[in-house]
Amino acid sequence: MTVSASAASHVSLSNNTMIGSPDVVAFTKEDEYGQTVPEPLDLPEEFSIPLHPVADSNPWAKTSYAKFTKDFILISEFSEQVGPQPLLTIPDDPKVCGTFDLNYFSLRIMSVDYQASFVGHPPGSGYPRLSFVEDSRVVLGDSKEGAFAYVHHFTLYDLEARGFVRPFCMAYVAADEKKIMLQFQELSLRFSQASECLKAGNRRAFAKELQRKLQDLEYTHSVLQREEGLQREAGPQCVYSAHTVEKANELANVEKSIYEHRDLLKQISAYHRRPRRDPHAVSCQKCMSECLRECEELLDKYAKLANPLSYRGSGRGLSVDGRGEEGADELDDEVIKRRPSYTPQLIKAKSAKCFDKRLKTLQELCEETFYEATVELLKETERSFRGDLCYLYTRRLDKTLRRKLNIVNFLFEEDLNDNIEDEAETLRPFCAVNHAIDNYMHLNPPHITLGSEDLELDGLNPQGPQDTACETTTTQELGLLGSHLESSPSDQTFETQESSEGTKSFSSDKSLTDHAEKQESLASVNTEGPDPDSDLTPEPDQNTYPERESSSEDMETTAGEDDCDSGQDQTPVSLLEVVSELEARDGDEREAGTRSDLLVPMDSACCMAQDGFLYQATDSDAVLCLSPNSNPNPTQFLVVNQEPHALQPIQDEYTVGSSGSQGPAAGLELPVGPLGDSVSRTSLDDGSDCTMSASTGSDRAASPLGYGASVTLRQRKKAGQGALRFVRQYSFATQALWCLLSGRTLVVLGADEGRVRRLVSALALFVPNPGKTGERVQPWLSCPFTLTDLHRWKLIGLQRVASPAGSSTFYSLSRYSRYISILDADMKTLRCPQYRGQLLATMADHRTYIRHGSTFFLHLQSTLCRLAAQAFLLTFTHHLHLPVSPTEGPEAVEFRRRCFLQEQLGLDEEDSHVLLYLSRLITQRYLQPANISCCAAVPYFSFNYITSILYKI
Amino acid sequence: MLRWILGGREAQSSVELQVLKGHFDIVRFLVQIDDFRFASAGDDGLVLVWNIECLLVLERLSVWVSGGEELCIWDQNFQLLCHRQKHSDTGITALIELPKNCIAAAVDKDIVIYRLMVSADSSVTLTDISRCTDHHDQIRALINVNDQIFASGSHAGELILWDSSDFSNLAYEHILWEESQSSCQSEIKLAAPKPSEMSIQHLTTNGRLILAAVGSGLYVYDVVTKAVVAYRKAAHDSNVLHTMLLSDSELLSCSEDGSVRMWEIQDLPLAAEPASAGFFGMWSFGRSSKQPGPQAKKVLEIPNLKTLELIGDLIGHSGAIQMFLSFKEKGLVTCSTDHLLILWKDGERQSRLRSQALFQKLEENGGL
Repeated sequence: MTVSASAASHVSLSNNTMIGSPDVVAFTKEDEYGQTVPEPLDLPEEFSIPLHPVADSNPWAKTSYAKFTKDFILISEFSEQVGPQPLLTIPDDPKVCGTFDLNYFSLRIMSVDYQASFVGHPPGSGYPRLSFVEDSRVVLGDSKEGAFAYVHHFTLYDLEARGFVRPFCMAYVAADEKKIMLQFQELSLRFSQASECLKAGNRRAFAKELQRKLQDLEYTHSVLQREEGLQREAGPQCVYSAHTVEKANELANVEKSIYEHRDLLKQISAYHRRPRRDPHAVSCQKCMSECLRECEELLDKYAKLANPLSYRGSGRGLSVDGRGEEGADELDDEVIKRRPSYTPQLIKAKSAKCFDKRLKTLQELCEETFYEATVELLKETERSFRGDLCYLYTRRLDKTLRRKLNIVNFLFEEDLNDNIEDEAETLRPFCAVNHAIDNYMHLNPPHITLGSEDLELDGLNPQGPQDTACETTTTQELGLLGSHLESSPSDQTFETQESSEGTKSFSSDKSLTDHAEKQESLASVNTEGPDPDSDLTPEPDQNTYPERESSSEDMETTAGEDDCDSGQDQTPVSLLEVVSELEARDGDEREAGTRSDLLVPMDSACCMAQDGFLYQATDSDAVLCLSPNSNPNPTQFLVVNQEPHALQPIQDEYTVGSSGSQGPAAGLELPVGPLGDSVSRTSLDDGSDCTMSASTGSDRAASPLGYGASVTLRQRKKAGQGALRFVRQYSFATQALWCLLSGRTLVVLGADEGRVRRLVSALALFVPNPGKTGERVQPWLSCPFTLTDLHRWKLIGLQRVASPAGSSTFYSLSRYSRYISILDADMKTLRCPQYRGQLLATMADHRTYIRHGSTFFLHLQSTLCRLAAQAFLLTFTHHLHLPVSPTEGPEAVEFRRRCFLQEQLGLDEEDSHVLLYLSRLITQRYLQPANISCCAAVPYFSFNYITSILYKI
Repeated sequence: MLRWILGGREAQSSVELQVLKGHFDIVRFLVQIDDFRFASAGDDGLVLVWNIECLLVLERLSVWVSGGEELCIWDQNFQLLCHRQKHSDTGITALIELPKNCIAAAVDKDIVIYRLMVSADSSVTLTDISRCTDHHDQIRALINVNDQIFASGSHAGELILWDSSDFSNLAYEHILWEESQSSCQSEIKLAAPKPSEMSIQHLTTNGRLILAAVGSGLYVYDVVTKAVVAYRKAAHDSNVLHTMLLSDSELLSCSEDGSVRMWEIQDLPLAAEPASAGFFGMWSFGRSSKQPGPQAKKVLEIPNLKTLELIGDLIGHSGAIQMFLSFKEKGLVTCSTDHLLILWKDGERQSRLRSQALFQKLEENGGL
């Protein structure tokens, strides 16, 4: 991908005048690939800020002329009646495409008909054959329209169509060519999945259609036979009238048709045995076997029918009168008994003309569940590719890194669990339908697969002697297997190459090329047929799964490297792109839904969508529309967008009640006093740093992806704003944060619920191991708490009541004062142990220059992440906890640990507490799964006797 | 002993609390079974057996015990061997075993001594052999001090030492706090205290010292010298329910006020200072600072009198602490009317144990 690719694209970009034909972007692999592999963790060059402005310095110039606002998926068909036509866009919203001409673009993408289906009888075979066409993947560009597309061609079977096939294509259309090029692997994987799903459904539908047709034919046959018998009875024995002859011909035709259709059925049921060249075409064994079973049933049935038929056919002249009739009746009865749902119809001798009949729609061509699963898959694909390349890349990098740190992630990072499941899922042969049926609730939409190499391992099996491109790919795959060092412009390339070659002389001799390709593909299919190596029986496949899973980690990294490599080869791309900004706005609108009216003015207000600004607007507006204890509607709307996993507990909490146990999320959305804080917030936000807001803008573009993690990320970012305000407002902020980080429960005491909740949600960022839904945080509590509550919560918002009921609250506060720190939101005081460390001074500097909430959040995240890493080191360093020799006492170990903390990590006494606490959490977490019934079942909390001090602002 | 629980001044030491939930009503009694197991019994009729190492409810028994109005003798198989009908309205409040097959039962104001006679046909009979009637009020506590001596305490604050063999009164101590009647006590005349303030709730001994929980105060009495060693009238905010002598100089008490306090018998400083509740710099909103009031203002004339100094307390329960059980360095269990048991553990030790477990698991797993 790479030099030639970018060169080609530059050519295509500069040649805006090349109107006649679509620019087929070369997607070649680099043969002389001899570069050293950069550190996968390093930021690739293209994402670093260039020192000198590049000549073409306007980062928006490239994509600004696209006529659509955001990427979308287009499904088109090359109809044999009307030619190329768009069928469906995802998202199904006319606004997305804007003024972009879908018809025109369909024409373009469909006219690169890569390998048209073979029609008619191949020489030497008596029956029409179904052509088994592999999908092809092409990257197309239309420089004039500013549109680039990953195009995935595939065919579906239709009994009424020409050659039984209908060509379709799915295209991922984006304004950024590079995005497509770099995401090619994953796009290809996902679209292959979708295509496989669609095709599986289509095969089933096709088999059903065949069955119906066969029934019709049998019925017609029996009727014709009866008529013929009657005629023969009536007429003289040896004289055949013209009518009789015609009938006999008709009968023969029907019989032939029956044979043909039976053969088709046989072919379609043999589909799974066919070797697949397409490495991505790994379909679900369950689906396969199901389909196979159905087909075989049908085959059995019609094979049985065929015997008496053929018997009668051969002995027709001699048969005793009426016998055929009886037989036919029997048959009829049998058929009707078996399939009461379908009454066979008489088929007329002459079929309707091609253009009279209505072609089936895509939905009709595919079984419903499969169709829906496909659409769902595509929607998911569209969602997961939102955002610009930079965002996608960083998210991926982030995810890879976090997966590596899975032992400490629970401390401060949001949950990654669903994604881990994902990983496992994508490694299995994908089956959207069975997932959808079996565990519909657990269907995990976001499949962030970094690469598809794992699936390519399969590609090794079925690949027979093919063209050279394919062979080189194979070797490359082997290389990949061996060292993971190479980048992987994988074997889809050969198709692209083919088609790019084919389109050189595109306009003139398209048909010729097509034909040549046709032949070639057919030949390869035929030769591959008996290849003993290429069977896709379930056993060897299943054997390979565990291997794949075990090596998944490496795979991931490899893919990350790929991105780096390919990124470096290409010219640096600008950090921000208009598209993403537009998307950001768009996404927000979509996501916010109910509050979109609030957001509308923002679009015009500033072109850089700013985090805080937007939220603020909604927040302060929310005051107007929400009463303090009503269900926070916006949140709920967000929640609905989440995937079912995360949704469950949160929704529960909402239904429980307002003062019950709402997650910190709830606190975030809570209405704010219309004056007071929101004013100060505005002033804070005004001086926001643009670069960050811009990049987070693209973050948000993808945040409405609609699954749990990102929503919490949003909320956490928003909490970052609150945290920043807290740090800047309260001089003793570090003390409070230290309490949280060292595991001392912090009680935020206040009379005003909104203020307390806001403080709690801001401070919740600092609670280690807050739990998936923030179980360790209680944003608002209005009754006295007990010791068990201290077990449960590390951060409590407590209502200050002046009534007698309040006295018991105060009593509990004083009673447990040795275990807690108390932040009085009304008096602005804090009572907690003294903190003299340096760690938090850098993390939460009172005079910080950070002005923007999300910037601060990122700053926090990085600091906390480092802390977590240090805690990890502390936890898993043997000699810091256990004696190295039997003579050594606990004091020596203690001393060593202290030395480590103070000298090697440079932490003060109090800072060490933080690390020790984190380490304890890690230990606990690590031990948990094993003895879940023992220690883990009973929570404990530990405390030190430290004197508290009262801090005032 | 149990020093860790108070946390040294050095901040590294920490205490871990674990709340054990299992009972549905007041938890009254704790019994230690072995080094790491104990049973708890509550008003809900449940006896739970716990393991303090991994905190597991090992067994759940449901018992129904008839009231203590009759004296019954059971064998190991829970066969009723013999029983005596009730003796007074109040029934037996305490029961101890004495040498020579004797049993001392506290019945109202008297201590009745029974002798167990096993006849030839192995039937067991109880004969009433003696009756000690020196107490003037209901006997609340009865303990064996050592082989020779047993002690009883009454509601009126009388502490009497008895000889285990001839059941004679060895010493009589009337704890009226500052107005002791014994000759060796200083005489401070106060208004007659309420009997509940003088009631001996609990007696405990280590063979040499007797620790009496008297009202909300503590009273340490030396059996050998037959003299008071140390006392504190207002050791708790409310009645002391259970006490324990950890060593000759350290003792532990729990009270209806929901706290466990640890005391040290110290030589008398020049002027006894009241132990402050804010010992740990507690922050009080008011109530809880009502702490041991000024006491021992008068110069005490007893040569060996020492003071009880508060060296720490454990706060966690929200109800009266009925009883506690010490597992030495492994921890301390408290049970309370708030239906909970709390296990207090040494944070350092626990974290060391967890580290061990962690590396063990790491080894088993062969790495992370």
